[in-house]
Amino acid sequence: MAAKSIISRPVYGTLSLQPGKHHLFVADAEGALAITDLASKAPAGFFANAHIIFILGNDGKHVAALQALKPAQFYQGHSFANALPRLKQTLANAHMGLRLYLAGTEGLIGQAMQAALEAGIDHTSIQTEHRGSLARRIQCVHCKGITENVTTQPATCSHCGLLLLVRDHYSRRLAAFQGVCINAEDRSEIPPAEEIFR
Amino acid sequence: MGITFRKETFRDDFTFKNSPEHIRRFPFPFQEDSYMYAVNIEPHVRGPKGSVLENLIDVDEHYVAEMQDRALVLAEDPLRCQSLPHMTLAGWDLLELLMEQQALGYPEHFTLTRDGDRWRWINRPLGIDDTFTFGDVSTLPYGPMEYITRQSQGDFCILDQRDGNLWMDAGMVTTQADWSLDFDIGMNFFEWHAPVPLAHEKGIFVRALKFLTNIQQGKPARRLNWTMTINPRLDTSPENYHKWGPDRATVTPENVGDKVHLRVELQSFWRLPRSNGIVFPIRCYLIKMDELVTQPKWARRLHRVIRDLPDELANYKGLTRYRPTLLEWLSKLDDGSPTSPGFGPD
Repeated sequence: MAAKSIISRPVYGTLSLQPGKHHLFVADAEGALAITDLASKAPAGFFANAHIIFILGNDGKHVAALQALKPAQFYQGHSFANALPRLKQTLANAHMGLRLYLAGTEGLIGQAMQAALEAGIDHTSIQTEHRGSLARRIQCVHCKGITENVTTQPATCSHCGLLLLVRDHYSRRLAAFQGVCINAEDRSEIPPAEEIFR
Repeated sequence: MGITFRKETFRDDFTFKNSPEHIRRFPFPFQEDSYMYAVNIEPHVRGPKGSVLENLIDVDEHYVAEMQDRALVLAEDPLRCQSLPHMTLAGWDLLELLMEQQALGYPEHFTLTRDGDRWRWINRPLGIDDTFTFGDVSTLPYGPMEYITRQSQGDFCILDQRDGNLWMDAGMVTTQADWSLDFDIGMNFFEWHAPVPLAHEKGIFVRALKFLTNIQQGKPARRLNWTMTINPRLDTSPENYHKWGPDRATVTPENVGDKVHLRVELQSFWRLPRSNGIVFPIRCYLIKMDELVTQPKWARRLHRVIRDLPDELANYKGLTRYRPTLLEWLSKLDDGSPTSPGFGPD
């Protein structure tokens, strides 16, 4: 569980069944376990109206468990970028009564939520559950580049190379935490990088 | 006779200065010898002649130079001015407000004439004379918010009001004290204030939001905020922090008076008539220590405020590195005698 933080840092819950006509799940890696946990409480036939978009983790696990739920549609991809065109089309064609459930890493939840916001879905109506890695997606405030899977504090911007303090300040619109140069006042100060977002 | 606009810079050779009259009108933000957060909001009504409150939208001797600096910032980084798609109407509201207020306060410099939706705007200091159709974006060279805020001192945030909250959905932000519009756009009131220390626990933002969501048209409100800046640099954005941050390490006992500036924000809050949004102008005033201490009361009081500031606040305001040097310099101007109540110089 994340330590006490500031108010812009997202807070995640536990997926719970929502009344709705269609249920769209987007998950990666261990996020699949949040879906199977939910399934154990779901009434028979719930997944007959479900679409699961799943991004495989490095271990390639959980596909069989999700398929066993017999969702109306199942998709597996290797990266969020793989899945994004399908997710966007699904959201664009959605009708009233669609419920959205996001589970897995913060990067996955954030980027799927970003696509949902762009489709006009209110963020407070989206179910989220964090599972797996705490790695962060950060925006460098200086060059605006996004660096994925940041596990250290500080971290190096993969675009401009500045050493960044990874803040808890988070933008849903960018689906990213903010990175600000940690040694702007004196570049000779180089704090050691610690792996804290695992 | 009008204002004599100074030729000066806020970057490179930093030739910005205040005239003696402008030193006396500086909005000194401390009414007592200490400082802590408070919901220090009051009605934004006109103040004494010659003060920064003489007009509700203040235009001063730095107007032309500030607008030139804004144009430089925007040329480098157009993301400093953004407006989400639903905010165009609020942009027209703001254009109307700023044209009306500037023309009202400074008729020798600005003239607005209206014939139905056909408006003519003359801005003499910047050499602008444009005729356009109010509400038709194709008749202006920029969107309405960008057009008028390229001609108005201070940063401007336009807040959309919905779900009992305020949302930072548009803004022109080039003279900011270290926050990023590009990052914060789309956030609600609590989210964009999230990094501010201590104030959430004191319930400051809950009360401030309640006040702001109840602001009525024609009854604007205001508050002062402050920080310090090394060199008279308007653009202290996080985007450029790696460029201006090193300035903080250049303060020495010899150059404190010239380099260290008190930076005061006169923030005001106005309900917009068509969009029901709130516009939040953040007007920045700078004064170097050498100018400020020409008023002995201000010198004594600033010494006491900086000395007693909680470390968390000093750190948030970025003073930590040069605070001891500044305090040593200010202490020589504080003989311990009492200061009179209120903001003004003696």
